[in-house]
Amino acid sequence: MRWMNRIWMAVKTIVHRGRQTELLGDELDFHLQQQIAENVSRGMPTAEARAAALRAFGNPTLLRDEARAKWGWNWLERVARDVRYGTRTLGRSPGFTLTAVVVMALCIGATTSLFTVVRSVLLKPLPFRDPGNLVMVYEHFRGLNSDSYNYNPVAAADYYGWRAETHGFADMAAWERAKFNLSSEHEELPEVVQAAAGSWNLLSVLGVEPALGRTFTEQEDHVGANSVAMLTWSLFERRFGGDPSVIGRQIRLDAKPYTIVGVLPASFAYPDTRTQVWVPYASIFTQAQIERHDTHGSYVIARLKPGGTLQGAIAPVSALQYRYHMEGLDRPVAEDAVARPLIEDVVSGVKTSLLVMLGAVGCMLLIGCLNVSNLLVARGAARQKEVAIRGALGASRLALVREQMTESMLICLAGGGLGVLLSVVGTHWLSTRWLNLPRAETIHVDGTVLLFACGLVVVTGLFAGLLPAISATNKGVFAVLQDSSRAVGGSVSRAGLRRILLTAEIALTVALLVAAGLLLKSFVQLRTTSLGCATENVLTMSYNLPEKKYDTAQKNIAFDEALLERVRHLPGVRAAGLGSTVPGGGWGGDEVFTIPEHAVQKASLQQDAMVRMADPGYFSALQIPLMSGRFFSENDPQDRGRRIVVSSQMAKQYFPGESSLGKHIHVDWNGSTDDYEIVGVVGDTLYKVGHPSKPTMYFPVLSGIRGRERSLVVRTFSDPLALSLSVQKQIAALDAGLPVSNVLTMQQIIGQSTANASFSATLVLAFAVLSLLLAAIGLYGVLSYLVTQRVTEIGIRIALGARREQVLRLVLMDGLRPVFYGLAIGLAGGAGVGLLIRSMLYGTKPLDTLVLVAIVATLLVTAGVACTLPAWRASRIEPMQALRTE
Amino acid sequence: MGKPNDLLQGTLDLLILQTIQLEPKHGWAIAKRIQQISNEVLQVQQGSLYPALHRLEQQGWVKAKWSESETGRQAKFYSLTAAGRAQLEKEKLSWSRLSAAINLVVESAG
Repeated sequence: MRWMNRIWMAVKTIVHRGRQTELLGDELDFHLQQQIAENVSRGMPTAEARAAALRAFGNPTLLRDEARAKWGWNWLERVARDVRYGTRTLGRSPGFTLTAVVVMALCIGATTSLFTVVRSVLLKPLPFRDPGNLVMVYEHFRGLNSDSYNYNPVAAADYYGWRAETHGFADMAAWERAKFNLSSEHEELPEVVQAAAGSWNLLSVLGVEPALGRTFTEQEDHVGANSVAMLTWSLFERRFGGDPSVIGRQIRLDAKPYTIVGVLPASFAYPDTRTQVWVPYASIFTQAQIERHDTHGSYVIARLKPGGTLQGAIAPVSALQYRYHMEGLDRPVAEDAVARPLIEDVVSGVKTSLLVMLGAVGCMLLIGCLNVSNLLVARGAARQKEVAIRGALGASRLALVREQMTESMLICLAGGGLGVLLSVVGTHWLSTRWLNLPRAETIHVDGTVLLFACGLVVVTGLFAGLLPAISATNKGVFAVLQDSSRAVGGSVSRAGLRRILLTAEIALTVALLVAAGLLLKSFVQLRTTSLGCATENVLTMSYNLPEKKYDTAQKNIAFDEALLERVRHLPGVRAAGLGSTVPGGGWGGDEVFTIPEHAVQKASLQQDAMVRMADPGYFSALQIPLMSGRFFSENDPQDRGRRIVVSSQMAKQYFPGESSLGKHIHVDWNGSTDDYEIVGVVGDTLYKVGHPSKPTMYFPVLSGIRGRERSLVVRTFSDPLALSLSVQKQIAALDAGLPVSNVLTMQQIIGQSTANASFSATLVLAFAVLSLLLAAIGLYGVLSYLVTQRVTEIGIRIALGARREQVLRLVLMDGLRPVFYGLAIGLAGGAGVGLLIRSMLYGTKPLDTLVLVAIVATLLVTAGVACTLPAWRASRIEPMQALRTE
Repeated sequence: MGKPNDLLQGTLDLLILQTIQLEPKHGWAIAKRIQQISNEVLQVQQGSLYPALHRLEQQGWVKAKWSESETGRQAKFYSLTAAGRAQLEKEKLSWSRLSAAINLVVESAG
């Protein structure tokens, strides 16, 4: 309880500070009066008694101060005094203060924002029960040395086999992406929604309860079982107005009726926020599909048994998978199963770039600190004498250091306050601008973040202030006072410290510039890679004819042909065609095949190519060049036409040294096998920007063999988006209930797939440019300061006959030396940085000559400009004037 | 809780606490009393006395009250708190241990 009394005492003292001081005076006065009274009673005359008492008493003011110093929280007063003093000193040089505060605000704000994002995305546990025990299980293909095969999506039959026959995991669940035309009960308000098919036990494996209704039952999760669906919270709110009576109502997915059985909680944003509807896992497959081990499209989540290890659980799964592989040697069945923690799986795409950005922002913060520190050292040097005199008059070193630290703390505090405001805006901007950032919905500024910002302020304040404060006060009083202003040059050690700080600043800047340069070059490479088709003035959109309404090939063909006919006659349209997935639009599916003309292949060597659909006009609409043979023609039988067109890479890879024309490929579609004759070879296209092209085979669009999704491509004379409405109207005119999705120009498709590269390149570049600016300011400030210190010395040199150019060179070299050292260290560090971010690079390597040369040039030019101004000023010094200035 | 006291300061605290343990006294009287009892050997200077008193008050070992002194003037009277009494016992104990130890060393044959 005593500490409470003491706090109470301290509070009383500080609140009644004035009154307490008065009382202290009274108390001491009473003592004095008693002494006088005693002296008088000893027989001294009154005046003498008073003088003697005062003599014995000593200095009453000092005594009062000493007694006051014992009061609790007296330090608060001291802090207040330091703050007052610091504010006044900073106020005297508003330019410096403003620069420093803005620098710190930017640095602290950016660091806080990045920290918020990193914490929410990488560190916060997933909103599932006991998320540490959840893992993703994938297929693994041996011998294919590409990242995408190391964690390969799982075939439905693999999942069912794993779950039934192995017992290492507590349970396993699966889900697969789907896409539906969603409409209300009577097919009104059609829209295309991203959906997912999840196994009945998915929610229980994750440990999530539906917010309303129930999850799927095991009986509902069968091929051809009653159709049921769960809504996500966002769809429930958006389309159904959050009305709980939707449970039991019907919606239509691809025109088929589904009963809503449950609504997922708002916190459930797995696998991403775009997924809006869930249906039972088996419902999207046919019985044939579900029994196959080579349709790799599902994702498997498993929960470890309490206390179980991942190795122990995955080993039997992997062994089982090898058995499947051996049983199906003629099909692409994976050899092994691998697993990784769920959280790692969720963030795998962004972890590197997030960490790189956090690193960049950390470097910038360090540079900002160094800069403020550097400017403070320079200012400290100007106040050397003041500090020395105060030291001589009895100020303790601690008091002097504290005072200087107060200044840097004030700067960081003001900067931190501004920075937190900035970071609130910045964090919001980051989380909305960053396309497909996983868990973006969890990002917000909270107490921990504010605490982090406070910690950052304290650390940066200490870091920026401690070095200058110590260096400013560690010089002997006499040394400083004897230093007349005529003395030549500043303190050597001080200048040394400044150079070290500058070198560090420049080295960090160079490393940051290297990272930014490499990312920028990667981005430029990405943007300039040719997709292999027309990208200007091309509009694309997709639609999906529902099977229920368009149940025969004739109906499909009638619709597609009518649409093409209408679109081709629109004014402004140059060409139009129909395909499945357009170049740059993503994976879009692949298939294995054999070539009847060739000898039987070794079983393990799979021949695999991307599958695309095309109508006769598709290639010319997209300007994909014909290499040999012919395109499809209007005269080919459209349905089940046994003719295909292949890409030149496919021709080269699978028909080396021979013509592919007239050869056949043999494909095994779900049960039915077909031979196709190759009639033409066309140019390669990229399935995704930044990925190498793959062998591709184009099937007649109306053969109806794979998927029902169609992409309409329209090449126009001018701005393609201006035509989008009239094209959509043509679709609506044919079928008013058919929703259209992905209305995008080719440029937008490329933009989407390079958005994240552009985002990280832009951000890191912004940080690097800011750092360069900071380094230039630091260089300029320090050199200007050095020149002012050396005015007399330079004056003497000139008076003694030094030429102006010599002086110019002298000062210039003084400034550029730390630049050279920094450059060397920074380039070495930059090489390391390049290796770290290798996975984010495209079309460039960690040691890219062009980037490095550009960086060295940029830095030298910037540093040169920053140094030339002070150096030129030094060379203009008039000796007479310089020697007269004291 | 207490800061490490050096010998001198610790001793002064002990003297002050001991002096006011029977009745409240003001600063002047405390100084006089110590001087008297120690046969004029210990002269407590105001420069040490008042800071010490204020420190003890902040630490909650003594409490102060303004009341009329023998001369009729208002004076600040210090008295022991319960915590102060405990502290006094502690300091007395450590003092007797310390002085006994010093005695042993000083009186040993060398």
